[in-house]
Amino acid sequence: MATLFDINLFALFGQLLVGLINGSFYALLSLGLAIIFGLLKIINFAQGAMYMLGAFIALLALKYMGINYWFALILVPLTVGLIGILMERFLIRPIANEDNLYSLLLTFGLALIIQGVFTHAFGSSGLSYPVPEALKGGTKLPFMYLPNYRAWIIIVSVFVCAGTWWMIEKTKLGAYLRAGTENPQLMQAFGINVPLIVTLTFGFGVALAGFAGVMAAPIYSVSPDMGSNILIAVFAIVVIGGMGSIGGAIITGLGMGVVEGLTKYFYPEASNTVIFLVMVIVLLLKPAGLFGKEA
Amino acid sequence: MKKTNRTLLSAVVSGAIAATIACSAQATTDGQVKLGILADMGGTYADICGSGCVIAAEMAIEDFGGNVLGKPIEMVSADSQLKPDVASAIARKWVEDEGVDAIGGLVSSAVSGAVSKVNADSKNITLISGSASNTFTTKTCSPYNVHWTYNVVALANGTVKPMVQAGKKKWFFITADYSFGHALEGMASKVINENGGEVLGNVRAPLGTTDFSSYILQAQASGADVVALANAGNDTVNALKAAAEFGLTEQMDVAGLLVFTPNAQAMDPATAGGMRLTSGFYWDMDDETRQWSKRFEQRHGAIPSMIHAGVYSVTMHYLNAVKAAGTDDTDTVMKTMKATKPNDFFARNATLRPDGRMVHDMLYVEIKKKDERKDKNDIYKIIKVIPGDEAYSPMLPQCNFS
Repeated sequence: MATLFDINLFALFGQLLVGLINGSFYALLSLGLAIIFGLLKIINFAQGAMYMLGAFIALLALKYMGINYWFALILVPLTVGLIGILMERFLIRPIANEDNLYSLLLTFGLALIIQGVFTHAFGSSGLSYPVPEALKGGTKLPFMYLPNYRAWIIIVSVFVCAGTWWMIEKTKLGAYLRAGTENPQLMQAFGINVPLIVTLTFGFGVALAGFAGVMAAPIYSVSPDMGSNILIAVFAIVVIGGMGSIGGAIITGLGMGVVEGLTKYFYPEASNTVIFLVMVIVLLLKPAGLFGKEA
Repeated sequence: MKKTNRTLLSAVVSGAIAATIACSAQATTDGQVKLGILADMGGTYADICGSGCVIAAEMAIEDFGGNVLGKPIEMVSADSQLKPDVASAIARKWVEDEGVDAIGGLVSSAVSGAVSKVNADSKNITLISGSASNTFTTKTCSPYNVHWTYNVVALANGTVKPMVQAGKKKWFFITADYSFGHALEGMASKVINENGGEVLGNVRAPLGTTDFSSYILQAQASGADVVALANAGNDTVNALKAAAEFGLTEQMDVAGLLVFTPNAQAMDPATAGGMRLTSGFYWDMDDETRQWSKRFEQRHGAIPSMIHAGVYSVTMHYLNAVKAAGTDDTDTVMKTMKATKPNDFFARNATLRPDGRMVHDMLYVEIKKKDERKDKNDIYKIIKVIPGDEAYSPMLPQCNFS
């Protein structure tokens, strides 16, 4: 077997690939947060709960309505997005003019309530969602066995992330959106319905979390605390990438997945702290984050 | 963000200060029996010892008749949040201000350790039902500890020994990185080495890890016969899920060292079917267990885990001892508890040793495959009954509080 400095290279490739897969999840989740924060200046602590909701709705839809994974991939983000829209319209908008600490506390409380209700209704042990038939099995690579579903995760999230970035940075709709949040009065004077844009953007950011939840359901235990476990790490990723930078969130998400994967190989005990270590270093050297624009 | 950080920080600091302001107190001998149940009401272990532990204790008090020493038995309960500092603050309040005589429930070894320390100072009884570490009757033993249900020694002897003896010699561990996981791995490694096996390696995964794929790859590369999961709850479920996904279950055996019934129900029968493990209790063992479990299920909405059954059994044993002794004086009650053999649907061929360890028959069970199951509660078949003295290690002389 190929070795370098006593490190098994094959094993290392395996860890890199696995890290990249986890990074795809981080990218999807931090992308949603980055959109909501970067464009709307709302710190959405309920993003983890929305991720959990996505997984649970997919599971319940399968169990009670026979809606399979492929339909869930489309329907669940729409449902979760709708919940996000209602949340923005009736809870967040009334405090939109306050300090953004208020939205942080509101969404944090909301996340605790949602999680509590789900723990009460479904217990804390988690439920299991089957891997769709078409994605079962795996491919034998020279250095590892790659389950088909994991390969699917990478492909889908790269596609979704790139699409979102393109839509916000390159299209006319994205330009309206960026302008509308930059200078709402001026845009309103041009006849653009800014509050509607804000609501839809929030809904879209939340829908991304719901989407990630469906993607996660077949491989992780679907449990009420699945969102709160991952949320803090995702926030750290947004901070590292630069608050509000869309591209930064995607690249940092993937990168941090790899960093975490390597830590799991070399020193597993530190695997849930390494992201925060990177965050501290980045904040010290570059307070605006790796891709942030202003200091 | 800055403001939030400061708010969070001040909350943490004030919590820490609150936890350190405390003085010692003495157990009350007022003829009024009051029990405290500490459980995990909304965290990872809520299904194995949350509201179910409170219900089990309530059932015991009701079945006992509700009165002892001529007064109604009182009970309080609280959420430990799985945090040792929270648990010890609650325990102090209970024994100092509220006249609580004994504290039960107690899931997570870290929480039990904190409560047992408070009770050792104040001379109150600790009825541990939910924790696995064997430290409560070894390194940190106390005259007031009672450890019911199971411990890491019984799990290692029950699950690991038969596998090593059947020729599965090479082991690899995926271990939860906290006191319980370390204790379980240590005990299992000892059993492996004593029986001629060897431990090829281990990884320590932080508690609450969602993605185990990296650890599964390392286990796969180790060339072991068995991959042992020295963790609990969702960690076990997620690890097993990843093991199946990456094809590990086709190359090696996976041994879940601590699996509770709700976790076994959460596992995919296609993967978990055939896995063998050790448990202190199974609801569907005989008529006695079925009868109690049915009553419990009606109130709780799910079948009892071994911890739930343990809470009922230890509460009953405690109340019987108070009645027999005719007092709620801690030392007298402890003496009576240890002098009487526990005997109910849960505790079979049981003794409560002077070190506080309750030794009883353990069950070696196999998770049923999908086609073997009648319904969602039909999850284990009992392979054999392990006699208590084979499962638990002998008492240490320094912990003999007779």
